[in-house]
Amino acid sequence: MISAVFENYHYSVVIILMMTGLYVVFSSRNLIKKLVGLSVFQTSVFLLYITIGKVAGGQPPILVDDGHGGGHGDGKDHHAEVATNLLAGGEAKVGGAQHSAEVLYSNPLPHVLILTAIVVGVATLAIGLALVVRIREVYGSIEEDVIADLDHRYNLEGTAD
Amino acid sequence: MASTILLDIGFMAMLVVVAFAIVRLRSLFAIVMLQGVYSLVSAAWFVSLDAVDVAFTEAAVGAGVSTVLMLAAMLLADRESRPVPLGRQIGPLLIVVFAGLAMFYAVGDMPAYGDAHSPANSYVGHDYLDRTAEEIHIPNVVTAVLASYRGYDTFGEAVVVFAAGLGVLLLLGLNGNAGRWRAKPNGVRVSKQAAPAARKRPLPADAPQPMSAPAATIMTTRAKKPAAKKKKGGSS
Repeated sequence: MISAVFENYHYSVVIILMMTGLYVVFSSRNLIKKLVGLSVFQTSVFLLYITIGKVAGGQPPILVDDGHGGGHGDGKDHHAEVATNLLAGGEAKVGGAQHSAEVLYSNPLPHVLILTAIVVGVATLAIGLALVVRIREVYGSIEEDVIADLDHRYNLEGTAD
Repeated sequence: MASTILLDIGFMAMLVVVAFAIVRLRSLFAIVMLQGVYSLVSAAWFVSLDAVDVAFTEAAVGAGVSTVLMLAAMLLADRESRPVPLGRQIGPLLIVVFAGLAMFYAVGDMPAYGDAHSPANSYVGHDYLDRTAEEIHIPNVVTAVLASYRGYDTFGEAVVVFAAGLGVLLLLGLNGNAGRWRAKPNGVRVSKQAAPAARKRPLPADAPQPMSAPAATIMTTRAKKPAAKKKKGGSS
């Protein structure tokens, strides 16, 4: 286990970042700082997904056009030999698999999932911040213990009159 | 290859430093700006991890839009967070340490970093790479999957964003009631500082809410509030 933690140090660092964000969410009493912690946690989860989708020696998943491949000829030889090493088993598929057999690409699927997650994350963040602003208007504070204290003192159970 | 490893290590070190600074700091302005820095550095790391589409979305949306939203909320709410007593930090620390140890234990089962034959990289993603050139006829595989293969997913995402925008509008009362609502349980006003816009123009508690007040004036009175509150600083 210990050797795995140090060999896959990308995952380990991302886990440390995730736990830092989670700690901010748990420990801080300030609602805005809590939301910042949630945002850090979220970005770290994105990093975990993208790290899993990375392929060593790969390229961004934008298909290389064979027509003008002269620009990156020297890099292509390297990728071609890596690709023939790694994809020797899956080469005999369809004729259209020629592209990915020559050049190695990173996995596009985590990228798509995380693109959706980023936008949805901002939407939920906006809702949370609007709630914080409303809480500040009513209670005069965004500290959790102050809010809980006011709730307790006035026996407030959602009655607005 | 070695330069990429150095870049990765540099980005990881910056991310860890920024995250720990967010834990330690108490000024909300600094915390919000560091959140933007965190998003921007992670966007740079996304480029190094071959996720270029994710990188520019994160730089635009994560570092741009969400920082602006947080700054606006911070201006309407507060500038400083109170210190948390040390006794209240032990419980969260224990939870986080145990959760982190469990995840470190699970790292032993993860495929090696960059493995092209890991289960995550083998089946569906590979098929998308193979088929996009014939079926969609565009070179960017991420765009092809996002807009064509998983178009309904993206449509649902747009619905979520629309619902969130609607929710923010309703919560902030842009129908003209901004700042006029206050909680009076059992006839007691909860806080003297509550609802500053309502404090400037007091309303009788049982009066019907006037709907004709233009939202612009309410917004300006609400925006002025933190400057008036922070008069001891007097910088802005």
